Parts: sequence; C-alpha cells; structure tokens
Amino acid sequence: MSKNEKLIVNGKRTDGRKPNEFRPLSIKAHVLSNTEGSALVKWGNNVILAGVRGPRECIPKHMTDPFKAVLKVRYSMAPFSSKEEHGRSGPNRRSIEISKIIKHVFENVVILEKFPKSQIEIYIEVLQSDGGTRCAAITAAAVALADAGIPMKDLVQAIAVGKVGDTILLDLNYVEDSADNGSDMPIAVAGRNKEVLAFQMDGMLTKEDMSIMFDMAFEASEKIKEIQIKALEEVYFTDEKGETERYIEL
Amino acid sequence: MSILNELRKNAFIDIIKKGKRLTDRDFFDYREINIEKDVIDTAAGSALVRIGETQVLAAIKFAVGEPYSDRPDEGVFSTNAEFVPFANPSFESGPPDENSIELARVVDRAIRSAEIVDVKSFVLDDGKVLMMFIDLWILDDQGNITDAAGLAAMGALLCTKIPKYENGVLVREGKLKDLAPKGIVTSHTFGKIADKLYVDAVLDEDVASEGKITYGVMDDKIVSVQKSGEAGFSKDELFEIMDIAFKKHSELKKILKGD
Repeated sequence: MSKNEKLIVNGKRTDGRKPNEFRPLSIKAHVLSNTEGSALVKWGNNVILAGVRGPRECIPKHMTDPFKAVLKVRYSMAPFSSKEEHGRSGPNRRSIEISKIIKHVFENVVILEKFPKSQIEIYIEVLQSDGGTRCAAITAAAVALADAGIPMKDLVQAIAVGKVGDTILLDLNYVEDSADNGSDMPIAVAGRNKEVLAFQMDGMLTKEDMSIMFDMAFEASEKIKEIQIKALEEVYFTDEKGETERYIEL
Repeated sequence: MSILNELRKNAFIDIIKKGKRLTDRDFFDYREINIEKDVIDTAAGSALVRIGETQVLAAIKFAVGEPYSDRPDEGVFSTNAEFVPFANPSFESGPPDENSIELARVVDRAIRSAEIVDVKSFVLDDGKVLMMFIDLWILDDQGNITDAAGLAAMGALLCTKIPKYENGVLVREGKLKDLAPKGIVTSHTFGKIADKLYVDAVLDEDVASEGKITYGVMDDKIVSVQKSGEAGFSKDELFEIMDIAFKKHSELKKILKGD
C-alpha cells in the first residue's frame, strides 16, 4: 500500500490533477490522406491515430452480410509506445480483445444497414501510451468515423474511472492504473442518451462506488464530446476554400 | 495490376512522354520536406518526416541482450517497417510482406554500411550488449516511402539518447548520453518509366513505375544500392542519377541538420 499512498498527496495526484479531473485532451481530425476519415488524439501522454476506410466491398466474400456492412477493427500498440521495454509487433491477446470491445461499440452506433455487402474498417494505432489507451482509441475512432462521413446514430465518448485506495479517480494514468489494489473501469457512452456501449472493470468495487464512477464518466463525456465536435468543426466549417491540409503534428 | 492501376499507368505514360510529371515539379525535384525530431516521449529517439503528403514516423528503443557469438565485442541493431493499414488501401494487417521487409532492409543497409552507429559502444560491463530497435511506421503513403523512412530513421538517430545500464536494468530517464551518429546518410529513390527517370515519386508514379533504384549516400560515397522492379537500367542512366543523388544528399542533409 505504501506505493499507493504517494499517488495522492493533499488531494492532488502525481500529475497535479484533482481526483475528478481528466488529462488535457486535444483532437485533430482529418490528418491522413489515404483514408476516408482520420483523427489524431493526444490525451495526456497518450498519442493515438485512428483511420477509417470504407464502406467498400467486403473481403473475403464469405464474411459478407447481405443486410448490413461488416465492421472490422484493429487496435494496435506500436512497440515503441510504452515507457519500458520495446514490445513485439503484431496482435496479441490483449489487443485482440480490445479490438473486439471497440467493434461492439461502433456496431451499435454506425448505421450499418445503409451499406449491405460492404465493410467498414477502423484502424487504431497507439504511438505513445500512458494508461487509458482503449478509451482514447474509442474517442479517436468516433471522430474518424464522423470525418469519413459514415452515418452514425451518435458520437461516442470513452473514459476510465478508477479507485486507488479510498479515492475515486477519473482518467487513470499508467502509474495509477498499475497501483496495488486499484480498480479500473473503462466506459464508453453514446453522447446523447448515455447508453453504455463499452464497459469493463477489474478490481474490487461496491455498487455505491460504481454509481459514483458512472456519474463521473457521464459528466466527463459531455466535455469530451465538446472537444470532438470542435475538432470536426475545425475541418468542416472552414472559411473559403473548404480544403484543409492533412498532416500529423506530434 | 488492377484495371484502375493499368489506366493510371497509361495516363501517366502519356503525361511523362510530354516531359511533365503528375505534380507540377521537375523530374529531379523533391516535394516539400518537413522533419520534426524527438516527437515520441516513450522512445529513445524519434522523428516524423513528411515529404509532400507522405508521412513516416521512426522511433528508436533499446533493450539488453546477448551479442552475436561471432561478434562478442559489438552490440546489435535491427530495423523493422510497419505498413500501417490506414496508410494505403493496399496495405493489409498481418506479418510484414515482401515490400515492408525490403524497405526495412534498404534503410538498415544504408545505416549499417555507413558505419555511423558505434555498435562497439553498445557493449555493457557484464558481457551483455545493448540492442537497438529502429521502428519505421509508415503512416500515410503518397509515394516514396523509402526516402521518407530513411530520413525519419536518420532524424531519429540524430536525437537518440542511449539509456544507462545500472544494476542489470536500463535507466531511460535523467541525464543520458547522445548516440551521436558519426555521419549522415540519406536515401534517394529514382523511378523509371518509358525511359524517363525521376526522383521522389508520388503514389501513382510509384504504382506505374517499371523499376526503381535506391542509392544510400553519405558525403561523397555511395553506401548502399537497391534495384527493384523489372526495368533495366543502362550504365549511363545509373551514373546520371548517381550524380543527382549526391546533389540531393547535400540538400536533404541541410534539412536534417535544420532543427
């Protein structure tokens, strides 16, 4: 527990945040030239690129759905994205699970029935990580889908809420996430009706804790939504030419 | 080749026969080049390179390992390229394909032959050595990713800090020594189509090209060559573009040193 005590001193976290504060979030949409839509999300020390391709013909053919589009998601962490060791390239069990979770989020909001027999691909590349990458990935993918002009019922936001010791913390960073006896609960919500589209938890929480944590996530999601919308407005509500330059700024 | 690519190729040949390129440039001019160094905090060194709309990120990390048995007094480094699926509609998820492996090896060979990385300094006290990983992340392919990857790798090497080895673990923070490469290498890729040669292809020129030559250059030396594609080149052609490669090397070197 001594490791945990240092995580909150005088009500402040290691990075100076209050318990209910999330890390600085900036989003730039439309940063890639070979996708229909893309977004660069910088969330604290997380740097995540999402690109969307499609709708296009579904390959392989036997996966085709005659009634709706098939959604394919690849979440991948670059081997240089973590502070410690150089990782291995390619999918592992963790990234495959996260890809699946993200797929289910967007199967809910994307109007797949509009595009029978086709596929929509979401590619997410984590370039720098510091805890909370799956939530940042979902937040990025939502903007990339909107940038691609793919019809959706709603814009999705995601954020993790956790508990370290006796304190409930919003948006855990890596150190907080790896604390002893800590709990971590990533949640993705549909912006307007707050339907929960992704929900995971590991740790040990009471019902009361979880209720407070949900409310914190809902409140934060409103602010995240504003940042997402601003990123899209910057691309689409331009003055004269309407053409924005596409490039990544790290 | 797909029908669409066949049509693109034909259109490109028509244009090139008129002495023009797909973009408004001379045959031996690069598009605008932009290099940002030290962009990934979790890496020991990194650089994001843009050539026109092509975007490549290089990142370097270290680990501790065993030396090769025949070279116990040297550390090791390896280069890997990831063609991220969103970078080009033809890139697919999965293990590296022949193009990705070729690109990584061409970039690696230039750095290795130029001997700009002092691998002897990678030897640690206990007989173990530092292993350096150069990752080339192709983020947006609008042509000529080889030169962009070469520039990104070089940019990353120029700002790489070597972690300290203390009590059997690597310390990646605090005051660290610079890698300080002993020279600057750049790659220059020339395409050939309808007996015309050009540098820095855009994507359609890449797709249409009959063959390519990549020269790795350091100062007044060629340090690596790769020919790719079916086209044949005459000796005169090879030497004409070699002279241009030297000129381009000094231009790109200035950009690399820039910030």
